[in-house]
Amino acid sequence: MSTAEIVARCQALFDDLDFTSVRAWKDAEPGRKVIGYLPVYVPREIIHAAGMLPVGILGGGDQLEVIHGDAYYQSYICRIPRSTIELGVTGRLAALDGMLFPSICDVIRNLSGIWKLMFGDKYARYFDVPQNYEDEIGGKFYAHELGEFRRDLERLAGRAITDDDLRRSIEVYNENRRAVADLYDFRADEPWKAASSEVYLVLRAGMVLPVEEHTRLIRDYIEAARTEDRPLRDNCRVVVTGVFCEQPPLGLIKSIEMAGCYIVDDDFMLVTRWLLDDVPTEGDPLDNLARAFLHHSNETAAKYQPDAKRKGAYLVESVRRNRAEGVIFAAPSFCDPALLDRPMLQHALADHNIPYTAFKYAENSGQMQPIREQAGTFADSIKLWSA
Amino acid sequence: MTSKQATARTVQKEESMLRQKAMIADNFTRLSRAKEEGRKVASTFVPGNLNELLMCFDFARNFPEINSLQLGMRKKTGRLIMEAERAGHSEDVCTYVKSDLGMMAQGNIGPTGEPLPKPDVLLLSYTGCFTFMKWFELVREQYGSETIMLHVPYQGDGVITENMRDYVVTQLKDEVIPALERISGVKFDIDRLREYMRESAKAEEDLVWVLQSAKNKPSPIDAYFGAVYYVGPIFSAFRGTPEATDYYRVLRGEIEERLRLGLGPITPEGEMGEERYRLVVEGPPNWTSFRDFWKMFYSEGAVVVASTYAKVGGVYDFGFRHDPDHPIESLAEYCLGCYTNLNLPTRADMLARYIEDYEADGLLINSIKSCNSFGAGQLLLLREVEGRTGKPGAFIETDLVDPRYFSAANVKNRLESYFQMIDQKKGRATATEGAAA
Repeated sequence: MSTAEIVARCQALFDDLDFTSVRAWKDAEPGRKVIGYLPVYVPREIIHAAGMLPVGILGGGDQLEVIHGDAYYQSYICRIPRSTIELGVTGRLAALDGMLFPSICDVIRNLSGIWKLMFGDKYARYFDVPQNYEDEIGGKFYAHELGEFRRDLERLAGRAITDDDLRRSIEVYNENRRAVADLYDFRADEPWKAASSEVYLVLRAGMVLPVEEHTRLIRDYIEAARTEDRPLRDNCRVVVTGVFCEQPPLGLIKSIEMAGCYIVDDDFMLVTRWLLDDVPTEGDPLDNLARAFLHHSNETAAKYQPDAKRKGAYLVESVRRNRAEGVIFAAPSFCDPALLDRPMLQHALADHNIPYTAFKYAENSGQMQPIREQAGTFADSIKLWSA
Repeated sequence: MTSKQATARTVQKEESMLRQKAMIADNFTRLSRAKEEGRKVASTFVPGNLNELLMCFDFARNFPEINSLQLGMRKKTGRLIMEAERAGHSEDVCTYVKSDLGMMAQGNIGPTGEPLPKPDVLLLSYTGCFTFMKWFELVREQYGSETIMLHVPYQGDGVITENMRDYVVTQLKDEVIPALERISGVKFDIDRLREYMRESAKAEEDLVWVLQSAKNKPSPIDAYFGAVYYVGPIFSAFRGTPEATDYYRVLRGEIEERLRLGLGPITPEGEMGEERYRLVVEGPPNWTSFRDFWKMFYSEGAVVVASTYAKVGGVYDFGFRHDPDHPIESLAEYCLGCYTNLNLPTRADMLARYIEDYEADGLLINSIKSCNSFGAGQLLLLREVEGRTGKPGAFIETDLVDPRYFSAANVKNRLESYFQMIDQKKGRATATEGAAA
């Protein structure tokens, strides 16, 4: 399969706000169940082990007309919760048997309560994660939370989720994580061969496809892209950060690229690479997931950094590792985590003489010209002054 | 006589008010002198604050939200917020944070004009507000102060589970207390903690009595604007002190007397006239135009009989008290039960219950532009409570301490429309019509 064919398939999944593929998966066998989740991280392994399909809900993008959702939120609250409500109210999420609201910010936290009030017949859980990273404290709390979640899903599934089920699912997701890591490494090595708008779509397909299928899709894409002859442009290499929750329009990613930037790392859909290493498949699977979260997980604004000296270090390391020449801070308007974190991250970059630029967007931003001009100016300044 | 002098002369002060004002001012003085007196300083947030515990280690206690709101009331926050925005902080984020950072950038002079010290420790009790975590990361970046994280899980399902309680207790025992011992050089004495908590419980008992006095008609208190003063000591550096116990005893005595005399609340301009509207209010007040805002209510005969803001530093009216027999567990329970740590269905239940228990005419939501912890979901809360109680609701929008987001004309218009709506529901003439007649 060519990259064009793969990307066309991913684009179709991306455009489908009715989650047709999810409905088809569910209808294929009686008794199948689907659990939706919002950014930034949930342990999809447990959902998979219950025989259910985890589905990432990332708002409505720029193609969804939000009519009902706006009635639930003041103008000064970001857009993802209102478009998520729109998806719910219009029946587009009817295939979901439950929803998870991870601990990321107060808006998503409160959306969990809105969901309970509005869709009381469906399972809804605020998914808390520890901000304490000691095994005997945060680890114990989190393993217990995971156990509760497992019991919730057992009730929904009407069957037990065994440790072996969990171990098998962990292995399946380990394979997916390896594939995603390979995709990101491939793009960082040869960004002209893997356009970020394509990589984004390939990753986004993983929000709705069964994980095994998604892993194959990534592998197919890498293989196809590697062999395709695409011209190397005189672009600069940038890391894009702040895009971990509400998604920018696809046009924004394309605009950054068209402005002369190769995106060599980003924080899109962190759920796919939240856990940085393979999770062990021996021993207690929930403890393993808990320990992976505590000690081998990604960093983002929603997570406390106990070591002041390490604040922003992950971003500096990403720049170094991916040989980036600058950082683009792209944050959704009114996004507390991204916007509150941004000055600290910028200071960390400044300490290492790494240039950056910053702008805001909404998932339905329509005007890309200012973004293109800003990213273009940034790229030019890097080429001119950072040699 | 200038108009300023005339206004000052008309402001009524009761003994409790004078005590409260002196206590808050004393704490600023104590903070400003802490270093020269050799005292260590802890900064911590109001919701989920561990004041009794910090006192066990002789820390002077600094509350950044109190600083911001006090600066806001003195109309000093506008320039501080702009200072922070000039330094790269987004116009979209919490104005308490920006006011605090702006204050630090301009020499860390507190609301009373006295300098505030660099904290020796930031006790980050991460309770009911995501922004707290970022706030202290930002302060830590400026000061390099040691930061202790106490992660308080959110009541997502509306209950405190054993796992949540154990998690907080373990953090307190294994991390928070040892770190406070190390930083302060004072050994932890659990009996000292018990003693403070005994005082807390006494003050809490009287505070609840005062707040619940609003069930009377007319209400002898305003449970929002007036309660801001009442909760000041217990939500900040005084919970657990004999001073706070005395303050609440005096306050209770005053309210008992008002009840006996059948008086309504006292306002900055003296006794409130006839009680025409009884409201429940959700959300924090605006601080930069606090007096003007309050006047929009009392000048129309509107009294707030219950508010959620008066529960932001602790929900005591459903039975919780600090328990000296189980001090650490009780601290955990306190943190877990703070208002913004409750899920939305629980908040809806609480508001509907207030409407019924306090025989209110409706729910008014003051939505704060830069506070998502309170704000996200408030429009649904309004509908839920209206639906359950049949009482009309209204929605206004202001900000905590950013004067750019207080539009007096808009707020007043909305309030007047709301009062008319209540009148129509009750089938009576509006205040204006009544006056014309």
